[in-house]
Amino acid sequence: MRPLDILRFGLMSLGSNRVRTLLMLLAMSIGVAAVVLLTGIGNGARLYIVDQFASLGTNLVIIIPGRAETASNTPATLVGETPRDLTLEDAQALSRSELVARVAPLNIGELHAVRQGRERQVPVLGSTTSFLDIHHLEIALGTFLPEEDWDIARPVCVIGPKVHQELFGRESALGELIRLGGYRCRVIGILGSEGRSLGFDTQELVIVPVAFAQMLYNTSGLFRILVEGKDPETLPRLKKHITETIAKRHHGEEDVTIITQDSVLATFDKIFKTLTLTVAGIAAISLVVAGILIMNVMLMSVAQRTAEIGLCKALGATQGKIMTMLVSEALLLSAIGGVMGLMLGFAGAFGIAQVYPELKTMPPVWAVAAAMTTALGTGFIFSLLPARRAARLDPIRALAGH
Amino acid sequence: MIELRDISRTFTVGGQEVRAMDHVSLAIGAGEYLSIMGPSGSGKSTLLNIIGLLDTPNSGTYMLEGRDVTSLDDKQLAATRSKKIGFIFQFFHLIARLTAEENIELPLMLAGVAARERHERSAPLIDSFGLSNRQHHKPDELSGGQRQRVAIARAVINRPAVLLADEPTGNLDRSSGAEIIDLLERLNAEGQTLVVVTHDPEIGNRARRRIRVVDGRLAADSGG
Repeated sequence: MRPLDILRFGLMSLGSNRVRTLLMLLAMSIGVAAVVLLTGIGNGARLYIVDQFASLGTNLVIIIPGRAETASNTPATLVGETPRDLTLEDAQALSRSELVARVAPLNIGELHAVRQGRERQVPVLGSTTSFLDIHHLEIALGTFLPEEDWDIARPVCVIGPKVHQELFGRESALGELIRLGGYRCRVIGILGSEGRSLGFDTQELVIVPVAFAQMLYNTSGLFRILVEGKDPETLPRLKKHITETIAKRHHGEEDVTIITQDSVLATFDKIFKTLTLTVAGIAAISLVVAGILIMNVMLMSVAQRTAEIGLCKALGATQGKIMTMLVSEALLLSAIGGVMGLMLGFAGAFGIAQVYPELKTMPPVWAVAAAMTTALGTGFIFSLLPARRAARLDPIRALAGH
Repeated sequence: MIELRDISRTFTVGGQEVRAMDHVSLAIGAGEYLSIMGPSGSGKSTLLNIIGLLDTPNSGTYMLEGRDVTSLDDKQLAATRSKKIGFIFQFFHLIARLTAEENIELPLMLAGVAARERHERSAPLIDSFGLSNRQHHKPDELSGGQRQRVAIARAVINRPAVLLADEPTGNLDRSSGAEIIDLLERLNAEGQTLVVVTHDPEIGNRARRRIRVVDGRLAADSGG
């Protein structure tokens, strides 16, 4: 039998029982649409996170005091020493490299902010001018921290819009004094509400000069040092430079942990890929269910068309031919259902993208391919049994069954 | 052309062995017009099925055009049925969703003949069988006689060695039945070997050679 004839024969046979065919197509297309849509959403979420990190600049290096991986092996732990603090001098030493664009030392804690009887617990972050650029923050009113020597503990602060509203209401805050953990400090700026910064809610943040924060927290150490490299290409060299500089300053001990944006990004990327795959797998189960439906329908169809199959055998169709005809019919069903599902899935993804423009819900190519392959695969596998049953029909009995 | 030697066929029905063919030997020459008659359950359908290669005997040999076809595999059986055998059934067995023309061409389609050649071969048959104005109709739009004519056209489109008709008029009124018999006899007159199974003596007696089957044996053979 010619492929075109097989196709036509299959289409006609599907067309002769429209309701059943439509229901089958519905089941198949919902399965495919589910796979496409869910992977699209998962992929969109992944891209969203990646995008967020990328906006922070991929050449950002974060230095944390203490050696994470080798902590138990250093001589320091043997003699019971705690890891050395990172200091402002460490940060200053790092900023002197030509590989470095900006350095921002970081201290963070929670303090009571008080103003005329209004009180609120706020996260207070100590840093320097460059923090604004490194974290892509925006100033709505006033100025950010002044550019001056890092060890000047000037009592000024920049507050988030929510802090502003809760302490001042509708009044202007610029130039006013608030109390932070017992110290008075002057408000010199208000953060914009759109500033994005992973890990902090900039809406309720108070930022002060790093030396002032050290005073507030009574510490000489730093929580973190953020270093922005000039060029992502030189990041490995920068990491080496940081390790060596800090080690030199810490009596030869590599007692800091260096995290690059890249490694964090890679971790998130991996997590979201796994999640997407999991969701796709769950959706694929619906395709298998559709496959079982196909088997059911094909078995019914074979039972109904016993005489026809017997006739084809009497007219000289081999068992192989009968099988080919029925399997093609199932494949046709899967293919049409699959294409319908793809359209449905893409329409859904488009719809979601309209409602949540920041979520790029474009289903990845591999998901489209996988959904179609699974649809065709289940159609094939689950039609084998009915097709074999048809091929083995005894033509005499099949023709007599009228 | 057809030579059955010592053919036996037994079925097991409900644990009991039923001998449907009991050492039957029969030779049919090319161009013969043969009728097989007998009461129901006598084995005449089994005989037809064995000749038509739909059924395989338990013992004996079957030579078709000088070739032993007793034990062929599925592929060889299908190929032989396709080329050598034409079937006509009591219930026509047309496919409802295909047009008359497509039904006629079905054996060619199954054999992988191109659409153009299929059409070239079906057109003269449609013409000579008086189906010209009905060829694009579906079977349920045709009369019983027309349906059987479509079925006969389908049976002969591959120019089979033998045409096997199982109660070809059993589902038709008298006049349509007579038409069909006329058509079959016309084909026979053109040299087509024809075997008709019937329990209707009026039809069976028209054949030049008449065989009577009783209890799986040939009870009478008018000659040959």
